[in-house]
Amino acid sequence: MSRKSGWRELPIGGNLYEPGSSLKYKTGSWRIFRPVLDEAKCTRCLLCWIYCPEPSIDRLKDRVEINYDFCKGCGICAAECPVKAIQMVEER
Amino acid sequence: MQRTIGVTGDEAVAYAAKQSSVDVIAAYPITPQTIIVEQFAQYVANGEVHTEFMCVESEHSALSACIGASLTGARVFTATASQGLALMHEMLYIASSMRCPIVMAVANRALSAPINIYADHSDMMGSRDSGWIQIYAEDAQEAYDWTLQTFDIAEKHDIMLPVSVNLDGFTISHSMEGISVLEDEDAKKFLPPRPLHYVIDPDKPITIGAGNNPEYYFEFKRQQEDALRRAFKAVLETTQRFRRISGRKYGILDTYGLEDADVAMIGLGSCMGTAMEAARALRRKGEKVGAIKLWLYRPFPEREILKTLEGLKSLAVIDRSCSFGAPNGALCSDILSTIHDANLKLKISNVVCGLGGRDITVPMMESIYKRALKQSNVKHVKKEVSFLGVRE
Repeated sequence: MSRKSGWRELPIGGNLYEPGSSLKYKTGSWRIFRPVLDEAKCTRCLLCWIYCPEPSIDRLKDRVEINYDFCKGCGICAAECPVKAIQMVEER
Repeated sequence: MQRTIGVTGDEAVAYAAKQSSVDVIAAYPITPQTIIVEQFAQYVANGEVHTEFMCVESEHSALSACIGASLTGARVFTATASQGLALMHEMLYIASSMRCPIVMAVANRALSAPINIYADHSDMMGSRDSGWIQIYAEDAQEAYDWTLQTFDIAEKHDIMLPVSVNLDGFTISHSMEGISVLEDEDAKKFLPPRPLHYVIDPDKPITIGAGNNPEYYFEFKRQQEDALRRAFKAVLETTQRFRRISGRKYGILDTYGLEDADVAMIGLGSCMGTAMEAARALRRKGEKVGAIKLWLYRPFPEREILKTLEGLKSLAVIDRSCSFGAPNGALCSDILSTIHDANLKLKISNVVCGLGGRDITVPMMESIYKRALKQSNVKHVKKEVSFLGVRE
């Protein structure tokens, strides 16, 4: 969201009259550590996709991709990866 | 056309809720509940109303159910007292911030411990900052009249806030009085069905009660504060309309003897009737005393109070609850901040009395007036809270 609404413009009581507001609310900035995927090591087992609580592992046709707009950097994917294909790297 | 009926304060409130065509009531009918919901349950059992009566498992659930019902557009009423209100505490804030125009009667009673079910304002004062519009009634007539009127205030589209109608436990809630009631048709004319500001429609889903992080929460609190302050105007509009239909005059506050008074007392609820009785007796003896009874406590009517204080030399503030460790009682703190910038030469004294149902008598009120009269001629008054009617 570019400009945030002032209190006079917001619907009363915080009601949302359109669905999907979470998509507009990016939580990636909460991250301290960023998961970085090594494509060469990845076996496409999808354990990271199963365990990601957000879910911020996007499943593409033949591989997975980490969605940094919403990944909060919890590190569960790196911990669960059986081949250590995900490294947690400090954000700068 | 009006009729006179003999009822307790509880029954008066239930009768008003019945005439308000309430859609949903959720209540937990056990101590410290009052006869209000018991009486209403009887209306439901007799088929006199078309209200959905939900018996839930606690006061917390009662208000939760009321919030859910109110969000669908229903006109919702409930009643509670003391510990019950305390158990609702969490949901009080949710009702006001989700902008649910619920009307709730509170038969003001003490909080434990020691266990005590009698009148004082500890319960509502503990919930003072919950964002509810707060009205205090002096007797059963006022409790009936305010219950009818507060639905109209709560449901106005620029307010949409819950209201508590406070009536002193036992003193009003369980005492029988003759009161004038509107005919059902007149009540219906005064209070048409609740206006809807949005419709719950499964084909057009909306989200209610979404999470708000630091980026938005503050804006909604600011919005709430603005809505609460709109109640000043709404109370005046509604009471004027009610006066035309009932002949009874309400407003933000009521005064007695202030035309020429040197000394006045200000307070909430039934004890102000006692104060006015004491003032009447003293005025017969030539003492210039008066009384200010606040109907509206939240939002706090600073401007209206200041108008009444002009010309007074001394003001006694009655608090019927204890703000432990605070410099003054709750009402007195509000009064002191109201007069802070007003440049009034007014001596303020704070009296805490009537806790846990301790009787507030006419001689007690006379003694407060006499002390305030003495103080009005003294140069410096040591500011302190006095506890009246407690054994040393």
